[in-house]
Amino acid sequence: MENPTPHAPRLLGILCHWCSYSAADAAAAARLPLPPGLSTLRVMCTGRIAPELVVEALRRGADGVLVCGCHLGDCHYNSGNHKALGRLRLLARMLADMGMEPGRLRMEWVSAGEAERYAELAHETIAELRELGPLRWPTPQSEKGPSKRHG
Amino acid sequence: MADTPLESDLESLHAGDTAADAPDLSSPAAKLKVAMYWAASCGGCEISFLEIHHHLAAFSDAAELVFCPCLVDTKYSDLEATDDRAIDLCLFNGAIRTQENLRMAALLRRKSKILVAYGACASSGGIPGLANTSTLDELMERVYLTTPSTDNSEGVLPRPSTEIAPGVELQLPPLLPTVRSLHKVVEVDYTLPGCPPEGKQVWMVLQAVLAGDLPPPGSLIGAGRSTVCDECALEKRDRRVSRFRRPQEVVPDGETCLLEQGVVCLGPATRSGCEARCPGVNMPCRGCYGAAGADPCGDLGLKMVGVLGSLPEPGDEQEIQSVVDAIPDPVGTLERFALADSRLPQAVGPSSSEGERP
Repeated sequence: MENPTPHAPRLLGILCHWCSYSAADAAAAARLPLPPGLSTLRVMCTGRIAPELVVEALRRGADGVLVCGCHLGDCHYNSGNHKALGRLRLLARMLADMGMEPGRLRMEWVSAGEAERYAELAHETIAELRELGPLRWPTPQSEKGPSKRHG
Repeated sequence: MADTPLESDLESLHAGDTAADAPDLSSPAAKLKVAMYWAASCGGCEISFLEIHHHLAAFSDAAELVFCPCLVDTKYSDLEATDDRAIDLCLFNGAIRTQENLRMAALLRRKSKILVAYGACASSGGIPGLANTSTLDELMERVYLTTPSTDNSEGVLPRPSTEIAPGVELQLPPLLPTVRSLHKVVEVDYTLPGCPPEGKQVWMVLQAVLAGDLPPPGSLIGAGRSTVCDECALEKRDRRVSRFRRPQEVVPDGETCLLEQGVVCLGPATRSGCEARCPGVNMPCRGCYGAAGADPCGDLGLKMVGVLGSLPEPGDEQEIQSVVDAIPDPVGTLERFALADSRLPQAVGPSSSEGERP
C-alpha cells in the first residue's frame, strides 16, 4: 500500500458512448489499473454536455472533470464533439476568470480502441488534481438561503 | 392630460407623507399602501416606474406612496415605527451590497405584505453583482487606488466609522463580502425582472395587484415565458459563425440575426417580455430579463456558453479555440446581470469573510 495521501482527488469522467466509453469498458475488461477517485458518466455524445452539467459536478464535490469524446472528424453525429470543444473552451475561460485552475477541466479525444490511452489520461489527470489540491469552490453566505428575519 | 398625472401623484405623496398609516379620507376605500426602495442600484428602476405614463393618474387614485427615499422624505425610523405588514406592496430594487441594504431588506420584508424583487439587480444581482469577480480587497484597491482616473495619493479608503471631532463619529455601512440578490437574503413574493423593467409590464403588474389578481407567491411576474429570440423580428437562418466581433466593429444589416452576424447577443437564453427592443434597434440583447426556462437555477451565462460554443464552423482545435477566444470578457458579457445568482464560483477572499453579520 502507498502512504495515505492527505488529498484523494475525485474526478468525473464524462464519456461519449460511441468511443471513450467503449475504451473505458475495454480498459476495465483488460484489468488495466484505473485510479480509485474516478467516476464515469456516459453520454450519447459530448455535444449533449450542457455547461451546467460540468459546473454542477464541480459544485458538488468533483475536484476536476475530464471530458472524453471522439477524435475530431469521427463524431457519430458529425459535429457534436466540435460543439463540445467550443463550449468547454469557453467555459474554461469563464472558470479561470473566476479563479479556478485550468487543469481541473480537460477535454481529450479517445477512440474506442484506445483503452490504454484512456487509463493513462485518467491517472495523469488524477495526479494533476492531487498536485492542485482540493477544489475550494467558494460557497458564499448567499448560498445558504434566505435569512428568515422577517415576520 | 399632461399635468394631471404628476399633480395627482404629488398629492398622494403628501398624503402618504403625513398620514402613512391612515387610509385616505378623500377616497371611499382605503388606498393601497406602496413602498419603493433602492438598495445597490442606479435609480433607473424608479424612472421605469414613471414609464407607466398616464396610468400614473389611475394608479395614484388607488394607491399612495408611503415610503420611497427617492421621492418622499421619509426616514428609516418612520418605517421602523409602523406596524408589521402595514405596507401592501413593496417594490424593492437594487442588489444587496452593504449592511444597510441587508438591514433594509429585512425591515421591508417585515413591514410588507407583498415584497417584489423589482428589476435585474434585486432579481439576480444585476450590474453590481459583477463585483463578485473580485474579492473585497481587490475591489477597494481597484476602485479607490488604481483606476486610471483616480488621484488618491494619500491612499484614503472608505472606513465604516470616522471620528471627525472628539466624540463625533460619522458612519458608513460596511460592505458585505459578496453582492447578493434579494431572494438570497429574505423571502421574496414575486420577481419582476428587467434592467429596467418595461413600463408596459410594470403597468400590467400594478393592475394585477390592484385587482387582487396576482399569481401564487414565488411566481415570476412582468415577463414572458419564451425567449427574446422568439419576440425578435430579425431573420434566423441557423448559420455558423467564423468570427465573433464587438458591436462597434459591425455595421448590422438590420435584417439578419445579430448572432449570425458575429455579434454576441444573449437573445437565445434570455426570457422574453421586453418585445426584443435591443435587437429591434440592432443592439445585441444583454440578458437583463434573466435566464429563460422554468429552471429556478437556470444560469444565463452557462446557457449562453452552450449556444456560443456550438456556433463556430467545425474546424480543427485551434480554429474553434480562436473563435471562442474572440468573445471579449465572457463572464462580464454572458453573466452581465446575473453573476450574483450564477452557478459560477464567486470571489470570496479570506479577508472578506469578516464583518458579515447577516
